[in-house]
Amino acid sequence: MNVIARTGVRHFALIGTPNSGKTALFNALTGSRQKVANYPGVTVERKSGAVETASGNIITLVDLPGTYSLRARSPDEEVTRDVVLGRFPGETMPELLVCVADATNLRLGLRLVIELKQLGRPLLLVLNMIDIAHRRAIGIDLDQLSAELGVPVVTAAAVRRGGTDVLVHRLDQMAGEPRCPPEDSTWTATTTSELRAAQREADRIIALAVHMPMKPDTLTTRLDAVLLHPLAGLLILLFVLFVMFQAVFTWAQPLMDLISSGFDALGALTHEVLPAGLLQSFIQDGVISGVGSVVVFLPQILILFLFILLLEDFGYMARAAFLMDRIMGGAGLHGRAFIPLLSSFACAIPGIMAARVIDNRRDRLMTILVAPLMTCSARIPVYTLIISAFIPAREVWGLFSLQGLVMFALYAAGIIAALSVSFLAKFFFWREDQTPPFMLELPDYKLPRPRSIAIGLLTRAKMFLQRAGTTIFSMMVVIWFLASFPRPPEGATRSAIDYSLAAMIGHWIEPLLAPVGFNWQISVALVPGMAAREVAVAALGTVYAIQDGKDAAEQIGHVLASQWSLATALALLVWYIFAPQCASTLAVIKRETGSWRWMAITFGYMLALAYLASWVTYSIAAAFGG
Amino acid sequence: MSESSQSLQERQYVPLGEARRGFRGRIHAIIVKEGTSQLPAEELERRLIELGFIEGALVEILHEGIFGRDPIAVRVNAASVALRRREAMAILVS
Repeated sequence: MNVIARTGVRHFALIGTPNSGKTALFNALTGSRQKVANYPGVTVERKSGAVETASGNIITLVDLPGTYSLRARSPDEEVTRDVVLGRFPGETMPELLVCVADATNLRLGLRLVIELKQLGRPLLLVLNMIDIAHRRAIGIDLDQLSAELGVPVVTAAAVRRGGTDVLVHRLDQMAGEPRCPPEDSTWTATTTSELRAAQREADRIIALAVHMPMKPDTLTTRLDAVLLHPLAGLLILLFVLFVMFQAVFTWAQPLMDLISSGFDALGALTHEVLPAGLLQSFIQDGVISGVGSVVVFLPQILILFLFILLLEDFGYMARAAFLMDRIMGGAGLHGRAFIPLLSSFACAIPGIMAARVIDNRRDRLMTILVAPLMTCSARIPVYTLIISAFIPAREVWGLFSLQGLVMFALYAAGIIAALSVSFLAKFFFWREDQTPPFMLELPDYKLPRPRSIAIGLLTRAKMFLQRAGTTIFSMMVVIWFLASFPRPPEGATRSAIDYSLAAMIGHWIEPLLAPVGFNWQISVALVPGMAAREVAVAALGTVYAIQDGKDAAEQIGHVLASQWSLATALALLVWYIFAPQCASTLAVIKRETGSWRWMAITFGYMLALAYLASWVTYSIAAAFGG
Repeated sequence: MSESSQSLQERQYVPLGEARRGFRGRIHAIIVKEGTSQLPAEELERRLIELGFIEGALVEILHEGIFGRDPIAVRVNAASVALRRREAMAILVS
């Protein structure tokens, strides 16, 4: 019994205000030994990791979502409150609350400590970023601070080598102490007057124990003079966004090509090694291209999150939200939604994952819901094919090419649709809801640390491959199954897909799609086209029995131009603006929102929009004899 | 309270939401009227306190947004906070 009690794993929790450097400290303490999961039933990230101390104590450390108080204003903060109070089902009540505060900005952190003290649980205050405080000549009397608060205090510099040694030593000591039995807490939500009293008390203690230099951080002040300048600030933000968009869009391309040609080569190899038949098809078209279709997104996701993590750690993200607040707010979107939406021009999958930068659940859902409307790069092959086949290459007003104008109109339609949907959703569904007002801290600028960035990137990559990857992969296998079964009979004259379930579904939905001008070939191609939008081009080729080759795309164009009416072509273009033709995106939405419901809502509203818009387009174009 | 002293008080204390860039002052009171924000008055007051806006704190408007000079970046004692003018109307300063 005793042995177990002494060597047993101890459960400590990190708690702190946003911007206290809590995550950097967690990264420094647990390194790459982190587990990221979701708390059951909520879409809040649960980060935990193990710390093994010099004397052999093992501490599991949970990084609780940042919060200003235990009042819990959001699902994230509710998790923090419930775990701290030992009310969260399945979570061990932390034996020690390690409260992280920014040493350069103690007011908010100390108020939280004073609030946490009321719980009567063991508490340790960590003054993080002590190196920056020293450099800025902020003097803190640790003994007096500890005496006034009645809480032990240690310092740490999460981003410095050895900056957490004192803290780890202290945690080791506390892990050796006897356990404090969990007790029923008599906590009640903090009232306004208690909050005010706690802040006054924090300010009183700061006046006693902290010597602040008269000047605020000069670097931050100087940078903000430019970066928050009404005009220059916006121009710089646009430039940063442009570079980021370029990076996700073009820098990732060589890597993505490399990955997809690697998987193609692997597929071709299996094609040669394995005998022709079902197994060969399953391995090549099901498994290998299924795994490939997951891994191919990795470069975009890594590049995008590299930018996000750098901007976040530098302290720029809050400034960007400040600059974008009015622009995004008009459409009912959060100031931070511009990064997910911009990234969605490359691909909705990294975009939807990037919606994690938005703390508020309602705002995050709204962004995820409209992100797939932004014109992603997978639509480009479909658009270019149809435009080059149907839109004459002539100039308009001697300035623009008509084809270019149509392309631009398709992009613009996506943006306008995204903004309108979010505006309407806010108006109809969330009108009664309290929109949390735009209020946030502008933290001092800090140099991002490569190690912390690397850990963050690694976590994202692992999470994408494990969580989204499994769903995307299984959807790919399902689509392969639909396109391959049943097998064509002996001596079949038409292409194999014509005998498959996909073709049956295509024929079955054809009457439904006839009013928007789609023939059965389009209907059939739309089924494997769920794998990814550009797959529809190849599927059309297969259905029209065009041999793959160097100028296959050109051939498809000729065939389509001779077989479709202009009205059908335009309707298909419009269909692709709105239609949820991407199983991977739907899989990621399911994973990120943690529910089938939001996936179904996205699928439903996009399908309805697509159908309606193509029907209108087809009817009008047909009426004009197109 | 006589009429003249009331107007004197009104002149003395202005809402932070009406102050311009470069304004420096001290918080006199947090008074939230219903309808100031989409949040209930009590909740907005608590959120303002949680960001450090309490009586006696020093404030300075550092930056303004480009559209309608909104939102504003405010220094509160030693830290910076961004908020909209609408919510800043609840902060009376002198």
